[in-house]
Amino acid sequence: MTIAISPKRTARGDFLAGAKLGVPVIIASAPFAILFGALAVDNGLSVGEATLMSAAIYGGASQMVGIELFGHKIAPWLVVFSIFAVNFRHVLYSAAVGRRIGHWSFVEKTVGFFFLVDPQYAETERRSERGERVGFAWYMGMALPIYVCWVVESGLGAAFGRLLPDTKALGIDFLLPIYFLGLVMGFRARSFWFPVVAVSAVASIVTYRLVGSPWHVSLGAAAGVALAASMPPPAGEGKGR
Amino acid sequence: MSETLWIIVGGALMTYLARVGGHLVLSRFERIHPRVEAGLNAVPAAVLTTLVAPAAMNGGVPELASLAVAGSVAWFWGGMMPMFLTGGAVLIVLRHLLG
Repeated sequence: MTIAISPKRTARGDFLAGAKLGVPVIIASAPFAILFGALAVDNGLSVGEATLMSAAIYGGASQMVGIELFGHKIAPWLVVFSIFAVNFRHVLYSAAVGRRIGHWSFVEKTVGFFFLVDPQYAETERRSERGERVGFAWYMGMALPIYVCWVVESGLGAAFGRLLPDTKALGIDFLLPIYFLGLVMGFRARSFWFPVVAVSAVASIVTYRLVGSPWHVSLGAAAGVALAASMPPPAGEGKGR
Repeated sequence: MSETLWIIVGGALMTYLARVGGHLVLSRFERIHPRVEAGLNAVPAAVLTTLVAPAAMNGGVPELASLAVAGSVAWFWGGMMPMFLTGGAVLIVLRHLLG
């Protein structure tokens, strides 16, 4: 991984550096945005509603769960609660990333937290880990193209979903797990990385079987976080930033 | 407003609440306990792992092979694009050969 340290930081340069990190995210999430739009219309949403859902919630897995429940005639508050359950992991992202953006203004924080999706969070942590400043321009440079593509592709999927090719043959249903694994690997230099990954993996698989989705995400992650919190502090006090 | 719109607005509010909530709670404390700090530092690996592990468990040979190859590429070379493209290529090729 090369680290480009330019003597002069410009907002424009920061924005473009962020946008570059968004490219694999846009590739990996495009099939899901289109699929979401198509499924939403299948489940009775209009094209406008499907697009609005992507624009307002901006969380792929929770949107999928939401439209799945639309089709089951379940009480509205229960659908809302299920969306919250899927997105509960963002509470942890929020707490962790708040330490990196303390220098942002109130408005920047208010806007920034809306875009705190999984890859956005992971890249923010990695940038901070490399000792680089997490600026608002860099953050939005990554966030905005991903967001715009997500919303537009959802609308396209809703409008033209009937024309979808065989997604399985192209492998696009499994691109996100590969991408997420890449993010996991990116943190391998952190204290207790391996035990945390091992415990979270086992705990998420067990709870996936016993409790079911989406709870395996929160429960599996809680196991890994609890393990790290219970470990003796690593040598070199205050090393973990 | 239709029921669908209520659900969308409610889901959006709850999601935003989750995305600001952790920071709002944590920023009330002046000092962060070292164990909380250690726990927060484990958040990315812990949460992201739970998005991979069940998918891997439900996967067949092409899925597991693509994760193994992509993981190895990430481990030895680092960088997101090389691991992502290699993993995707292995997945597509094996699905065509075995599917």
